[in-house]
Amino acid sequence: MRQFDRHQGLVAPMDRANVDTDLIIPKQFLKSIKRTGFGPNLFDELRYLDEGYPGQDVAKRPLNPDFVLNQPRYQGASVLLARRNFGCGSSREHAPWALEDFGFRVIIAPSFADIFFNNAFKNGLLLITFDEATVDRLFQEAEAEEGYRLDVDLEKQQVTTPSGEVLTFEVDPFRKHCLLEGLDDIGLTLKDADAIEDFEARHRQARPWLFRQAG
Amino acid sequence: MAGQTLYDKLWSRHLVKERDDGTALIYIDRHLLHEVTSPQAFEGLRLAGRKPWRLDTNLATPDHNVPTTLKERSEGNAGIVDPVSRIQVETLDDNCASFGIEEFRINDARQGIVHVVGPEQGATQPGMTVVCGDSHTATHGAFGALAHGIGTSEVEHVLATQCLIQRKMKNMQVRVEGELGLGVTAKDIVLAVIGKIGTAGGTGYAIEFAGSAIRDLSMEGRMTICNMAIEAGARVGLVAVDETTIEYLRRRPFAPSEEHWDAAVADWRELVSDDDAPFDKVVELDAAEIEPQVTWGTSPEMVAGVGAQVPDPAAAGDETVQRGVSRALEYMGLQAGQRITDIRLDKVFIGSCTNSRIEDLREAARVAEGRKVADSIKLAMVVPGSGLVKRQAEEEGLDKIFLEAGFEWREPGCSMCLAMNADKLGTGEHCASTSNRNFEGRQGYGGRTHLVSPAMAAAAAIAGHFVDVRDFGAGRAANDDSQVQEA
Repeated sequence: MRQFDRHQGLVAPMDRANVDTDLIIPKQFLKSIKRTGFGPNLFDELRYLDEGYPGQDVAKRPLNPDFVLNQPRYQGASVLLARRNFGCGSSREHAPWALEDFGFRVIIAPSFADIFFNNAFKNGLLLITFDEATVDRLFQEAEAEEGYRLDVDLEKQQVTTPSGEVLTFEVDPFRKHCLLEGLDDIGLTLKDADAIEDFEARHRQARPWLFRQAG
Repeated sequence: MAGQTLYDKLWSRHLVKERDDGTALIYIDRHLLHEVTSPQAFEGLRLAGRKPWRLDTNLATPDHNVPTTLKERSEGNAGIVDPVSRIQVETLDDNCASFGIEEFRINDARQGIVHVVGPEQGATQPGMTVVCGDSHTATHGAFGALAHGIGTSEVEHVLATQCLIQRKMKNMQVRVEGELGLGVTAKDIVLAVIGKIGTAGGTGYAIEFAGSAIRDLSMEGRMTICNMAIEAGARVGLVAVDETTIEYLRRRPFAPSEEHWDAAVADWRELVSDDDAPFDKVVELDAAEIEPQVTWGTSPEMVAGVGAQVPDPAAAGDETVQRGVSRALEYMGLQAGQRITDIRLDKVFIGSCTNSRIEDLREAARVAEGRKVADSIKLAMVVPGSGLVKRQAEEEGLDKIFLEAGFEWREPGCSMCLAMNADKLGTGEHCASTSNRNFEGRQGYGGRTHLVSPAMAAAAAIAGHFVDVRDFGAGRAANDDSQVQEA
């Protein structure tokens, strides 16, 4: 997994609650059997004025000028500012793959959907939760000030605004550790292979019907 | 000591190890796979030189991309017109064959929507942990199993380690007491719950559905409710084990053998919340007050009783909510104050992991019997959840009822729930759908989805617009099973 320690980046404010995973990456792009290449179709139905399909040359598609990520001042944004319940809906990991592939490293919102939250951290994205009032204020600042950037320090769990204000955030210690080190958690879990085998033996003894006989 | 909830019991039964950082390793008993969220996980295993930890826990079937017309299906994978879809299904076949995982392929009679197939085969059992790279895995909680959706990284993690790294959720109880009105179904209960607590109301919780109205439901009805727990933000939905659960599982192909059956049943009977178990949150609904539900917006929480009107954004809560409602009405092409029963439909879809089981099809057939789909409906389709559901429905003559009424009778798969195959809405088309998500573009680019029960969808197909199924048909009760001819 891509390692994350500190990131400074341009902020794009997406002022919409309940952004679902169908909106982040529509289903026709889930047919890919790869993990990469989803960035050009991130928010496809909002970004383009026509219907998207896999394998298209996106450079030829008409852009929606009203959509935040199409506006010149937000080109190169890597911090997404969002509203409550971001990432609701399906378990498709294509959603964080698309956000990461597009260039986002950090998403800030008042709340995230559970499965999306899990998936994002496994792909090197840092998701930060602030209360509604703080998020509101960040929206106002990011919309008012062109070139608004945030400095995000995972080790210190701090976000610093252009005016020098420091906001601290909570992060699960295990997720923080994995992000800082860029760890593959399958490797970590396999260090506990003995514990898994012991559990499995006891489980089989107690509930043999959970272990089907071959054939 | 306070008692334990059903969720607490399931958690502690599968706890391999607690770590100092507050996470836990949880053992997984059943892993269901389909073609969309697994290819990258198998590729990850290969790249790392890893093998599945335990083959017999895995069961796979293609469902999202499969075509539903007989003509295409008769050709197997070769009949999948879209080459990208075809490659995804073939990739699942290849991965299952090379790793040794049991798969019900496209034209196996047991193929179907993974959340229909698992329970139907008895592969979902009380007390199991069940996961799948699909958020509607919550469905399996209807059996008193701890079941939830996972992402592709976690699919790979389960394949490689038979475990997941988890944090314990909080406990919520949704208690529905009393009797449902005639024509009001499990789908209406769960839509009413989502309308009450919102699409993020269950975030961070495992929701146990309890109360007399839940106990009175069949397993199919309980699955419909748990299926949509995720639409309330909860990864996990649960219903306690009772005789209905046990009877459903008896003699299913993957159910415990005769040798183990009595021990398994004794074990399953413990899978209820203790009377004094503490819940972090309790939500109560009166079943008698629940009307048939219809969603009018682009989130499942944007729902109303069929007798209501489309709401006014100005009266819809804080500024963020108001903007959401305005945008939803614009997308849906609806006006504030418009009566729900004045919404005209273009297409009707009866199917999906929410409502494609035999009882759902019976419910829709009872409404459709002896009637005709309105001329203004361009397409009304019924897509059974599995090959075995389809076969049973045909044995009961339901296919003839649908065909005579003017519905199309299709082959099993996810179909127009998410329109990854050829079944989709056109821009601006309104659809009465028994599926689970009414997000923008979900059923097709620019499509407008209204979530309803199978009975309400069938009635809408006949009328051409929404109608209250309770007023539809003299004395015919959509949830009265005594009228069903058992095969």
